[in-house]
Amino acid sequence: MPPTPRHHALSTATPRIPLHRFHGGLHLEGHKAVSTQDPILRLPLPERLILPLRQHIGEAAEPLVKPGERVFKGQILARGGSFVSAALHAPTSGRVAAIGDYPVPHPSGLSAHCIVLECDGEDDWGEHRLPPIEDHHDLDPVRLRARVREAGIVGMGGAAFPTAVKLAPRGEQRIHTLILNGAECEPYISCDDMLMREHATQVIEGAKILRHALKPERCLIGIEDDKPQAIAALRAALAGPEYNDANTDEEIDGIRIVPLPAHYPTGGERQLIYVLTGLEVPAQGLPADVGVVCQNVGTAAAVYRAVTLGEPLISRIVTVTGGGIAHPRNVEVPLGTPVATLVEAAGGYTHQVSRLILGGPMMGFTIASDEVPIVKGSNCVLAVTADELPARGPTLPCIRCGECVRVCPADLLPQQLYWYARAQDFDQAQNHHLFACIECGCCAYVCPSNIPLVQYFRFAKNEIWSQERERHKSDLARRRHEFRQERMAREEREKAERLAKKKAALETAPAGADEDPKKAAIQAALERVRARKAADEGGETPTDAGDAGRTHQD
Amino acid sequence: MRFPTVTSPHLTPPHSVGRVMTQVILALIPATIAATWYFGWGVLINIGIAVTTALACEAVMLTLRRRPLPPALGDLSAVVAAWLFALTLPPLVPWWIAVIGIAFAMVFAKHLYGGLGYNPFNPAMVGFVVVLLSFPRELSLWTIPAVLAEQRLGFTDYLNAIFLGHLPAGLTWDALTSATPLDRVRTELGMNRTLDEIRENPFFGDFSGRGWEWVGNWYLLGGLWLAYRRVIDWRIPLAVLLSLCALAAAFHLFDPGRFASPAFHLFSGAAIVGAFFIATDPVTASTTPRGRLIYGAGIGVLIYVIRTWGGYAEGVAFAVLLMNMAAPTIDHYTRPRVFGTRRGERDAP
Repeated sequence: MPPTPRHHALSTATPRIPLHRFHGGLHLEGHKAVSTQDPILRLPLPERLILPLRQHIGEAAEPLVKPGERVFKGQILARGGSFVSAALHAPTSGRVAAIGDYPVPHPSGLSAHCIVLECDGEDDWGEHRLPPIEDHHDLDPVRLRARVREAGIVGMGGAAFPTAVKLAPRGEQRIHTLILNGAECEPYISCDDMLMREHATQVIEGAKILRHALKPERCLIGIEDDKPQAIAALRAALAGPEYNDANTDEEIDGIRIVPLPAHYPTGGERQLIYVLTGLEVPAQGLPADVGVVCQNVGTAAAVYRAVTLGEPLISRIVTVTGGGIAHPRNVEVPLGTPVATLVEAAGGYTHQVSRLILGGPMMGFTIASDEVPIVKGSNCVLAVTADELPARGPTLPCIRCGECVRVCPADLLPQQLYWYARAQDFDQAQNHHLFACIECGCCAYVCPSNIPLVQYFRFAKNEIWSQERERHKSDLARRRHEFRQERMAREEREKAERLAKKKAALETAPAGADEDPKKAAIQAALERVRARKAADEGGETPTDAGDAGRTHQD
Repeated sequence: MRFPTVTSPHLTPPHSVGRVMTQVILALIPATIAATWYFGWGVLINIGIAVTTALACEAVMLTLRRRPLPPALGDLSAVVAAWLFALTLPPLVPWWIAVIGIAFAMVFAKHLYGGLGYNPFNPAMVGFVVVLLSFPRELSLWTIPAVLAEQRLGFTDYLNAIFLGHLPAGLTWDALTSATPLDRVRTELGMNRTLDEIRENPFFGDFSGRGWEWVGNWYLLGGLWLAYRRVIDWRIPLAVLLSLCALAAAFHLFDPGRFASPAFHLFSGAAIVGAFFIATDPVTASTTPRGRLIYGAGIGVLIYVIRTWGGYAEGVAFAVLLMNMAAPTIDHYTRPRVFGTRRGERDAP
């Protein structure tokens, strides 16, 4: 196919972008090919779906439906409670069977509030599709954000952070680079790979929508080079019919696809931004602080579907893989589908299955039961055998070998942090930048003493957060107390002044003694009203008002 | 279906403490064979005594501390410490000296501090320093290297000498033993002889004492393999040897008659085994990348200072113990800059 003139102009104007290497990280065996042999399978609707009200980082959603209510596909079931939250929609039509506590996919294994939907098999949208936006190539940011929020879209890479929050402007900070994360660096997981292969257009169109809304100078799609088919598919979708091998490295429509060396954790947001731009996101900040917004490729596809098709986030692609699965593959399922249904669709368990992991082998967590549902952030169901991932040996003392220091992508000293976390010396842990830890698991993986380092760091973080909450509470209480003290002192003072004035008035005007009692009484009444008013203005809390009242009666 | 739950990560680790220690032992084997060849069966007998005593002490201490035996005994750290300790001993040293040294190392330097991972000082070097200070005469009786020796003792002769103190008929200690090259140079320099004069003695070879100078190569071989396998960090041995050589070179250029050459320092005594096997003990060394360079350089400098101006001919053990003391401070001041932070910044939760 002969290249058009537009191509010529672009290919000379866009040199290769330099890649950066972050410290540490690991070369891990991919194990991805086993699950990419078959196309994505759309599963039939299960009998019922379990929809946790919190499938994202932030506040739980607030239910808008009652048990027994009939709902249509795409109908909103719960709305995002606060700024950092996400709405929840019915993945199919049916009846709300119950709202209550059910086991959810969480490392704690505890139950949480869920809406249980009994599917009617009709899969009827009714009137509940969001109105498709026609002019999506020129969408204004406010409208895009509103649509993303309406559609309940969260980060599809696993962390499930509400996407609308990431799209919100941050003060004066201009976004110069939009990054789509297709690195998928964790072993076994291949759902983004399959999404890019089969729905490349959705990803590219999603990128264009985000680009028009955020107006960055450039958009980079980072993909690890162990996914050549995904890279080729995206390039074909980007270049359209003009696609040929010669123009693979070009920037087209401000979008460029960048193959990255496979190196765990390149798919970590901060690491990916560094690899592609050389910019370090502040440990306490967000990508927007350095002018970057980073979204998962799955999120971009979800944005595309929400904007152009009016579909809220109600389904996702999940990899079902591992030696414990008969026929590993990728499936697309409505949210709320039990894990067991996915396993069944992938041929069921093999006899040797020993552990069930939600997520990848580095950051995923084991689940005790396959009855828990798939949620917005579930990217992989990994059933492994004991041969494949043997149980770790007993934990031995740290020998300070420094392997963890060598592999830490955040340049931390995990062995020191471990020491402080163990000793509950949280001050020192913070001095050593505990909160820069991204919990990638590299340190724990290489530890010859089998120390579950990430567990210690999560523990320390949680302790610090709860101490912080306590301190906040006590600060508030202290401020209230001080305010009350101050108010009472002021009232004393005012009373004394009033008495002094009265006394002075009596002394200076003894002549008009007959009129005096009346006047004095009126004056005193006025004074009281004024004082009460002042007290009411000062006392904001009910207790204060009550106190004020009592003081006056005294 | 129900499944067990465990914490992430789920991938099986490539290392274990036991495997690390096994590789250290493997790396010591060439040098052990070489030392046995040059200095006699006593080397192996010392290793046997020290390893047995170390394991016994470890078992007793673990029992007293009510800790399970298998994981700690199986990690082989006691074997490594005992092996290294035994290699520092003269081959004809009485058995009870080896026992006292390694027992002190295991009980006092290791378990009273909390066992593996908690000891601030290198146990093998603590054991060596204790016997060096307590039994200076016995510790100076090194056998004459094979290339020079007129008489060679058999295995049973060594057993008799070590356990019973009997030498074969007609042999005296003086005929079998001599001072180390470092000792000899030190003594003769003290008698105002120049290095050139000292080196004329057939006792000396190309770099250092004949026989002595070649054992180091086998340590170097094992050490390089360990560095290649990343069992040890290359920074520490490199810094030790570079700083030792740099200092030696500077003084040697200044006055070659009084200050021995860098090659002499490198190939005498325990410089190479110290750099690759002793200074790299992870528990007692610095752990930050820059810290390890400083820690290693400190050891190299101290080795030179002690050898040249100190009270002992060899300074590796003292240098390592002194730098062990400094390691936590070095770590504190050499923390790497954390990704996304500026130096000296503090986290807010």
